[in-house]
Amino acid sequence: MQLHNGTPNTALLIKNVSVHYGAITAIRDVSFEVKQGEIVTLIGCNGAGKTTLLKAISGLIKVSEGTISFKGDIISNTPAHEIVKRKICHAPEGRGIFLNLTVEDNLDLGAWTCKGTPIQKTSYQQDLEQVFSFFPRLKERRKQNAGTLSGGEQQMLAIGRALMGNPELLLLDEPSLGLAPQIIEKIFEITVKINQLGRTVLLVEQNALQALQIAHHGIVLETGKIALKGKSSELLASDEVRKAYLGE
Amino acid sequence: MKPHGLQTLWVWLLPVAVIWILHFFCVSSIEPYYFTILMYSGINIILAVSLNLVNGFTGQFSMGHAGFMSVGGYVSAFLTTVLFEKYPVLSTALTAHHGWAGWGASDLVFLGSLLMGGLGASVAGYLVGLPSLRLKGDYLAIVTLGFGEIIRVLVLNIDTIGGARGLPNIPPYTTFGILFTFVIFTIFMVWRLVNSAHGRAFLSVREDETAAEAMGVNTTQAKVRAFVLGAFFAGVAGGLFAHYLRYLNPQTFDFNKSFEIIIMVVLGGMGSITGSVIAAIFLTVIREALRPLQTYTHVDFRMVIYSLLLIILMLTRPNGLLGTKEFTWFFRKKGRSIS
Ligand SMILES: Nc1ncnc2c1ncn2[C@@H]1O[C@H](COP(=O)(O)OP(=O)(O)OP(=O)(O)O)[C@@H](O)[C@H]1O
Ligand SMILES: [Mg+2]
Repeated sequence: MQLHNGTPNTALLIKNVSVHYGAITAIRDVSFEVKQGEIVTLIGCNGAGKTTLLKAISGLIKVSEGTISFKGDIISNTPAHEIVKRKICHAPEGRGIFLNLTVEDNLDLGAWTCKGTPIQKTSYQQDLEQVFSFFPRLKERRKQNAGTLSGGEQQMLAIGRALMGNPELLLLDEPSLGLAPQIIEKIFEITVKINQLGRTVLLVEQNALQALQIAHHGIVLETGKIALKGKSSELLASDEVRKAYLGE
Repeated sequence: MKPHGLQTLWVWLLPVAVIWILHFFCVSSIEPYYFTILMYSGINIILAVSLNLVNGFTGQFSMGHAGFMSVGGYVSAFLTTVLFEKYPVLSTALTAHHGWAGWGASDLVFLGSLLMGGLGASVAGYLVGLPSLRLKGDYLAIVTLGFGEIIRVLVLNIDTIGGARGLPNIPPYTTFGILFTFVIFTIFMVWRLVNSAHGRAFLSVREDETAAEAMGVNTTQAKVRAFVLGAFFAGVAGGLFAHYLRYLNPQTFDFNKSFEIIIMVVLGGMGSITGSVIAAIFLTVIREALRPLQTYTHVDFRMVIYSLLLIILMLTRPNGLLGTKEFTWFFRKKGRSIS
C-alpha cells in the first residue's frame, strides 16, 4: 500500500514504526492511519504485537524507528503523561484497575489531566454522568473498592476511566478478554455508542468477527508486521481472514 | 475540599489546643522517665507517618529514613549550636530580646532551624530520589540503604559537627508543646495529601504504575514528590530529636534506626496513618520495657522482638494491624471532588 502524509481528517498516522524489546523486534515497519471518527480494529494472534503497538501510541514504550503522529503532531517517544494531554486515552490490556481504590477514585484518576483546568473541570461532571449512563453498574458501586468488582465490571471501569480523560482517540486493548458472551456484546455495543458520540476508537481484539462487524477498517497484524488491511467488510469477505481468524 | 476546609481545620486545631493546655498545666508533673518515652513516641510518630507516605501510600521501598533524620538533625543542630558559638553576637542579640508570652527569639531560631533541617533533608531526598525513582523496580531500596551509610560515614568525618565524638551541648528547645504540635501537623499534612488529587496519584503509582502512567500521571514526579516530602518530615523529626536529646551521634542514625521505622509502618499497616501512630507508640514503649531485660542479659532484644512481631503479624494480619483502614472519626473523608 502507498504511504501518504494523511488527509486532513487523519487522526492517527503511524509511519514505518518499529519497536524493539532489547534484541526482540516486536513491531516491524508498520504503517497505517486512523481517520477521525472511525473505529479501527487491530486483530492478530497472541504475540503479534498488538499491545506493543498501543503502548507505543500512548507513550508507554519507545519506538525505535518511524514516527507516530496525532492530528499532524509527532507524538512518538514523548512521555505518556504528555500524550494523555492530547486526549489519547488508553484502557490497557489486563484492565490495570487500581484495585484498592474505590470506583470513584479510579474514575477521578482517569480525569487526572483535567485537574485544574477550568473548562474541563465543568466537563468532569458531564463525563462522569456519561460514564454512569453507559455503565449504571459503576454508579451503584462507586464507593466500593474496585477489587470487589466482577471481571466484567472491572472492564467497564477500565473503559469508563479512559473515557473520563475525555478522549478524542480511545485505545482499547482486548476489552472482551475473559468475559461472558452477553457482556462482550454489551461492551461492543457501548464501543459503538462511544464512537457515535464522536470519539475515534482503535480497538485491539481477539474476537475478530465481532470486532470487524463494528469497525470501519481493520488491520491484521502477524508477528509484528501488517499482513492485511482494509475496509472491515472486505476483510470479513476475504478468504485469508476467514481461515485464519474466523475459524472457517 | 473548599466547603469543608474550615470545618476540618477546627478538628485539627482542637488537639493542638489540648496539647498546649497539657504543655502548660500537666506535663511538668509527669515523671521524667515516662516523659522521655512520651517524647520519643512523638518523634517516632512523625517518622513512621512520613515514611508511610513513601512506603505505604506510594508503594516505594525506602530504607534510608534514618539518613534523612540525620541530615535534618545535624543541619538544625548546627544552626542552633555551632553558629551561636562562632558568633556570640547572635545569641546576645537574641537573648536580649524577649517575645510575647514566653515565646522568645530562641523559639523562632529553633523553628527556623527545624525548617532548614527539613529542607536540607528534602534536598538530599531529591538528589537520592530522582535518579533511582525514574526507574521501575526496587532500586530505591538499594540506593537509600547506601545513602544512610554514606551520610553516617560523611558525618563521622566532618569535624565541625563533632565527627565521631558527636555533637554535644545542643540547646533543649524541643518542648512537649512544640513536638506534639509538629506531630499533629505531620499527621494533618499527610492526611490532607493522601486525600487530595495528588494523593490519589501517589496511590495509583502504588496500585499499578503502568496504568497510572497511562492515566496521564507523571509517575516519576509523583514518586519524587512523595519521597521529598517524606524526607522533609524525617528531617524535622531529626531536628526535634537533636534538641530533645541535646546530643547527636552519627551512630544513632544507622540502618537499625531505619529498620525500626520500617517495622512501625509495616506493623501499623502500609497505607494507614492511624496504624503508623499506634505502631510507633507501641514499639517505643516495648523498646523501653525491654531495656531492663537487655541490661540484665546483655543481649539486644529489640531485633528479636521485631522479628517475632513481624512473623506473628505476617501469619495473622498480613496487611498490618489496620491494613489501609483509618480511625474514621478523625480521618473523615470529605469533599471527594477532583481538585
Ligand atoms: N516487556 C517485554 N519484553 C520482551 N518482550 C516482550 C515484552 N512485551 C512483549 N514482548 C514480546 O513482544 C511480542 C508482542 O507482544 P504483544 O504483547 O504486543 O502481543 P499481543 O499481540 O498483544 O498478544 P496478545 O494477543 O497475547 O495480547 C511478543 O513476542 C512478546 O513476547
Ligand atoms: Mg496484547
